[in-house]
Amino acid sequence: MRLSATDLACRRGGREVFAGVSFSVAGGESLTIRGRNGAGKSSLLRMAVGLVRIAGGRLALEGGDPELTIGEQAHYLGHLDALKPSLSVEENLRFWSDFLGAAAVDLGEPLRAVGLDALADLPAAYLSAGQRRRLSIARLLAVKRPLWLLDEPTSTLDAAAQTKLGEIMRAHLAGGGIMLAATHSPLQLEGTRELNLDSVSAPRAPEEVSA
Amino acid sequence: MRPLTAILLRDMRIAVRVGGGALIGVLFFLVVVTLMPFALGPDLALLKRVGPAILWLAALLASLLALDRLFAADHEDGSLDPLLMGRAPLEIVVAAKGLAHWLTTGLPLVIAAPLIGLFLNLDAPAAGALVLTLLVGTPALTFIGLIGAAIAVTLRRGGLLLAVLVLPLTVPVLIFGVAAANAAVAGPIPFGTPFTILCALTLASLVVGPLAAAAALRQEME
Repeated sequence: MRLSATDLACRRGGREVFAGVSFSVAGGESLTIRGRNGAGKSSLLRMAVGLVRIAGGRLALEGGDPELTIGEQAHYLGHLDALKPSLSVEENLRFWSDFLGAAAVDLGEPLRAVGLDALADLPAAYLSAGQRRRLSIARLLAVKRPLWLLDEPTSTLDAAAQTKLGEIMRAHLAGGGIMLAATHSPLQLEGTRELNLDSVSAPRAPEEVSA
Repeated sequence: MRPLTAILLRDMRIAVRVGGGALIGVLFFLVVVTLMPFALGPDLALLKRVGPAILWLAALLASLLALDRLFAADHEDGSLDPLLMGRAPLEIVVAAKGLAHWLTTGLPLVIAAPLIGLFLNLDAPAAGALVLTLLVGTPALTFIGLIGAAIAVTLRRGGLLLAVLVLPLTVPVLIFGVAAANAAVAGPIPFGTPFTILCALTLASLVVGPLAAAAALRQEME
């Protein structure tokens, strides 16, 4: 399995964000996307799952299911946690595993993995920011998808949870999965390659810098 | 099927819990209809004549009340992204959300209508005909409203835009809904004529609503 991009370009609101981005990530490999604010890190991830239109270039997943789009084979973890405050921890996870997956799964295992098994019946409204983040990470474990696209996955996580996330990522890569992560802080993950968007993104117009 | 029952159950569960919109619609319906006799005076003949129209108007406003949050809430907490990229077709996802909304706001209106009809001097046959027209017509209101809810998803104060966009589109439903209810009470046209047109309007909106709403959501996410 291999996710490859050639000459990707992105336009948002009529302005070119980046152009000429190429990379290739094979199964078991991870790619960290770096760049200043506004360089297009999130746009690149959203483009991969089909939430932002590709303005130029090509993006292909070789060795995946030809019947499905890239987004349908991927987990996307955005800035927001996609949780409903009035539903309990378990109900939130149950919904996403039912919606994203085909079969009923045991939710005890993913909840234990992120350390929320004791809070399964608590409404998500009472969770802290870090706990909410962990609950949305549990979604990646409950339903198996080969491609993970993570946008600032470590934000709000404490040191112990970041270590735990490193373990979860390593297990995903060891199983032949692909991972793309946009982040400012270093991930606790060895052997990850880097893609820096600063070199390919459009320079800021002078008036934007002064604004 | 599994993703769709998941959405249906989730939305219904959220609607009936604290902060959900399930009871708001039916309470609003009750308040609006109760105010009418105070405004119009205790003229029983007049109330009987305008009763179906008042109930239909109140049902129309009540079913639009919670609609603006339908997609906006999912957009704000990030749930809309996985819904858009899921394996279930977006049109069907939208239809499942519409059904959940109707079951929690439209259906309670239909159930409450005969009781509230007493305030407007509606007798049993008139109330029966009215319940039937509301049962058939309120799904059309919800599914036409889906389009406005999808267009207003990224806007603040989207509720106002929703009302402006959606209310004109509901005019045919209102005309034939009230006509059928009046036909059963007063005549002279038979109940069946406007009622079958109302059924047709509902069937058409069940198809067009999810298609248009899904197209609007896809466009909006760009």
